[in-house]
Amino acid sequence: METKQSRRSFLRSSALAGGGLMLSFTWLSGFTPGEPTDAPGIAKEWAEINGYIKITPDNIIKILNPNPEFGQNVMTSLPMIIAEELDAEWEKLVVEMGPHDNVKLGPQFTGGSNSVRMYWKPLREAGAAARQMLREAAAQTWGVPLEEVTTKAAMLYHEKSGRSGTYGQFSSRASGIPVPKGVKLKDVQRFNVVRNSKKNVEGSKIVSGKPLFGIDYKQEGMLIAMIEHPPAFGMKLKSFDASDALKMPGIKDVLSIPLYPDGFEQGGFDTRTFNDLLVVVGKTTWEVMQARKKLKVSWEPSGDVKNKMGGGREVTIPGGLESTATQLEKMKEYAAKPAQQLRKDGDPETAFKNAAQVIERTYHAPFLAHNCLEPMNFFAHVMDDRAVVAGPLQAPGWSEPTLAKLLNLPADKIDIQMTRMGGGFGLRAYGHYIYEAAVISKKIKAPVKLVYTREDDMTYGIYRPMYTATYRAALDANKNLIAFHVKGGGIPEHAVHANRFPAGAVDNYLAESWQIPSNITIGAFRAPRSNFNAASEQSFLDELAEVMGKDPIDFRLELLQRAKDNPVGKNNDYNADRYAGVLKLVKEKSGWNNPENKKYSRGVAAYFCHASYVAHVVDMVKKDGQPYVERVFSAADCGIVINPDAAINMIEGAVVDGIGNALYGQLTLTNGAPDQQNFSQYRMIRFNEAPKKIEVHFVQNDLDPTGLGEPPFPPVFGAVAGALYKMTGKRFYNQPFITQLNTLTNV
Amino acid sequence: MITLNINKKTYNVDVDPNTPLLWVLRDHINLVGTKYGCGVAQCGACVVHLDGEAVRSCVTKASRAAGKKVVTIEGLSENNDHPLQKAWIETDVAQCGYCQAGQIMSAAVLLRENKNPTDEDIDVGMAGNICRCGTYLRIREAIHLAAELQKKGGK
Repeated sequence: METKQSRRSFLRSSALAGGGLMLSFTWLSGFTPGEPTDAPGIAKEWAEINGYIKITPDNIIKILNPNPEFGQNVMTSLPMIIAEELDAEWEKLVVEMGPHDNVKLGPQFTGGSNSVRMYWKPLREAGAAARQMLREAAAQTWGVPLEEVTTKAAMLYHEKSGRSGTYGQFSSRASGIPVPKGVKLKDVQRFNVVRNSKKNVEGSKIVSGKPLFGIDYKQEGMLIAMIEHPPAFGMKLKSFDASDALKMPGIKDVLSIPLYPDGFEQGGFDTRTFNDLLVVVGKTTWEVMQARKKLKVSWEPSGDVKNKMGGGREVTIPGGLESTATQLEKMKEYAAKPAQQLRKDGDPETAFKNAAQVIERTYHAPFLAHNCLEPMNFFAHVMDDRAVVAGPLQAPGWSEPTLAKLLNLPADKIDIQMTRMGGGFGLRAYGHYIYEAAVISKKIKAPVKLVYTREDDMTYGIYRPMYTATYRAALDANKNLIAFHVKGGGIPEHAVHANRFPAGAVDNYLAESWQIPSNITIGAFRAPRSNFNAASEQSFLDELAEVMGKDPIDFRLELLQRAKDNPVGKNNDYNADRYAGVLKLVKEKSGWNNPENKKYSRGVAAYFCHASYVAHVVDMVKKDGQPYVERVFSAADCGIVINPDAAINMIEGAVVDGIGNALYGQLTLTNGAPDQQNFSQYRMIRFNEAPKKIEVHFVQNDLDPTGLGEPPFPPVFGAVAGALYKMTGKRFYNQPFITQLNTLTNV
Repeated sequence: MITLNINKKTYNVDVDPNTPLLWVLRDHINLVGTKYGCGVAQCGACVVHLDGEAVRSCVTKASRAAGKKVVTIEGLSENNDHPLQKAWIETDVAQCGYCQAGQIMSAAVLLRENKNPTDEDIDVGMAGNICRCGTYLRIREAIHLAAELQKKGGK
């Protein structure tokens, strides 16, 4: 998922950000009672140097984090970038979540492993420009040349005259200075905040149970709403009788309203699975839950649904009640048909015809539910002339235009407040639950918090799609790889990235795809396509290496060397050197060839996605008769690592998440209804299944940083599959792997 | 009307006695550190202490808590200085942070019963708590650190 915001327009708008002393606003003032967002004793007046930086006369420096926080730690890492260039003492900064303001604070989008990548340069420039404005203010005040004013730890100095002052003393004057352009940025060798581990700025609030999350949001007079959605995809509301539900204590209303009006033009992330909302509104969560049980509802097949998307494009969502078994049958059928060609190099048909040996393998993966531990929820208070919405979301800038249209309000009258998210994994980039809260509030004319139960959340998901791919490799008589073919499909989208490795490394190459329309809603899921590819393609390369009699790492390195020295085709969207770099690093750090490690069933995989490169070696042992990943070695190349310990935390988490989803993750359907409704049926990885040790290494370079939310996740799947093969002697082609494991009597 | 003793304070709340303690805490008493994750005792986000024992507040009726001492994450320590809270901050455990209150409340009972738990003890004792972000390794590390802090004269 790429952000569509252009960097140029962002820079232009952030350059408008200077000027004017402004009074502090506490955007969270209505958030929760009794929890001041500012540290005690902070002055009321802040000089705004630019949208990200405010300074009081007594030198308290506040940094506003622009991007929504869902656990990737941007609340810490993004302010670190500003602090570095501003030359401020990290430990003394006050960090706050910023308001939604794309003009002052940039794209404000969390997703696609993009936060650090897209904010790296703008935040450095914001910090450096602010520092220069403060130096200029001091130079003007002292009547000395700008070049002679230096800074250190939020202090300004003029060495010749022995004068000095705090940033705070000059902040008011600095705020009136035009924002300078083209300010020289710090030499990366001189970084002293970035590249040093800093603790999560919200760490102590998290461990003391402070109300940080959307579901914790409260406002005087706020009601609770829940939506009774159809029990199956492909169904819709026919009629309901709410008379018993309305008699339940605490219940204010039961109503049915559409999410989008007829003919509404949806934005790209405006999902709608179920458009007719059957809403129960009451005073408290438990009362609403109880009243829902008293609803008498009739559902009916929805038939085909036509959605009007941006630009007037019409998309037909097919009706029907889908089941996993029939979906698999349909996939088989489609896989046998001709598919759409995505890329072709050389003459793969002839190469396969002349091959001494052809290896063909097919892989499958099920739908996956995000299962963010904080279920979907959102607060909305829609008034006649304005609206306040608050809660966990990844992309306020995408939701704003839709809210404006749905509520018939100008965008600047909609205040979108971003709370900390209890997980996101891509799901909270979609807007349906935000709009649901808003239209409910508008209808009942009251502040309301929409809450999904776990069951609502799991059964009305925006799932990782269901994928399959068939890989074929042609070998000549000397077991050289002469052709490679991938044909991938999915419901409702395929996963093939035609220009990724091993494209560019094989003379004869063919990539094809097909897809089956469906009414199961799908979307971003920690690199949905990549996490399937890194399971299937990496497993296939592993099997290929074995057939060719080669070490799996050496085989990949050979292919990457070929792609580097003499690439096939021009459009290969990876850097072969960096790809090889993480493989070499993980080979070294894991002691790949060390005989001592023979006691482990080892699997390896590497993958590139979302601009970063990651390789893992997983070491599997038997524990209580079951395969257990005891150790993992990870190597990552994401350029400059902003906050090393937090980056390690991200990779550890991705490894655990990857093992869990590879082994256990699946959402299956029977007649349109998800078979898993809660964690009692949807198996999540737990403590005893998490490795004892995950050792993380970074390739050291000075390249601009890229993200880590997604990249460490995909290659876990392939590495786990490889280790399972070493342990059981069986190849694992279908996720979740636990299904096949359960059929093996002697693991 | 039910009388509850929560974090050493007395609350009289007008709720159906069948209401789960979780929702009494969150909706009626405004102690929202205790989290809703599943509602069916599967994830551990809602763990609180009832007379010193870890219970899932999502399946504990308010009536069962009457006459007992309830401690939530907000009442675990006076100044955020329980060895586990210190260790959690020091180890920088959290990613999204949503499950961590429940993790700490489960760990507090584990650590009281077992002053020096092994990884295996932790895996068994904490098996009821899910961390969707996968911070299990850091939680283990933080519990070991808290055990050290406790030995050095913490609580």
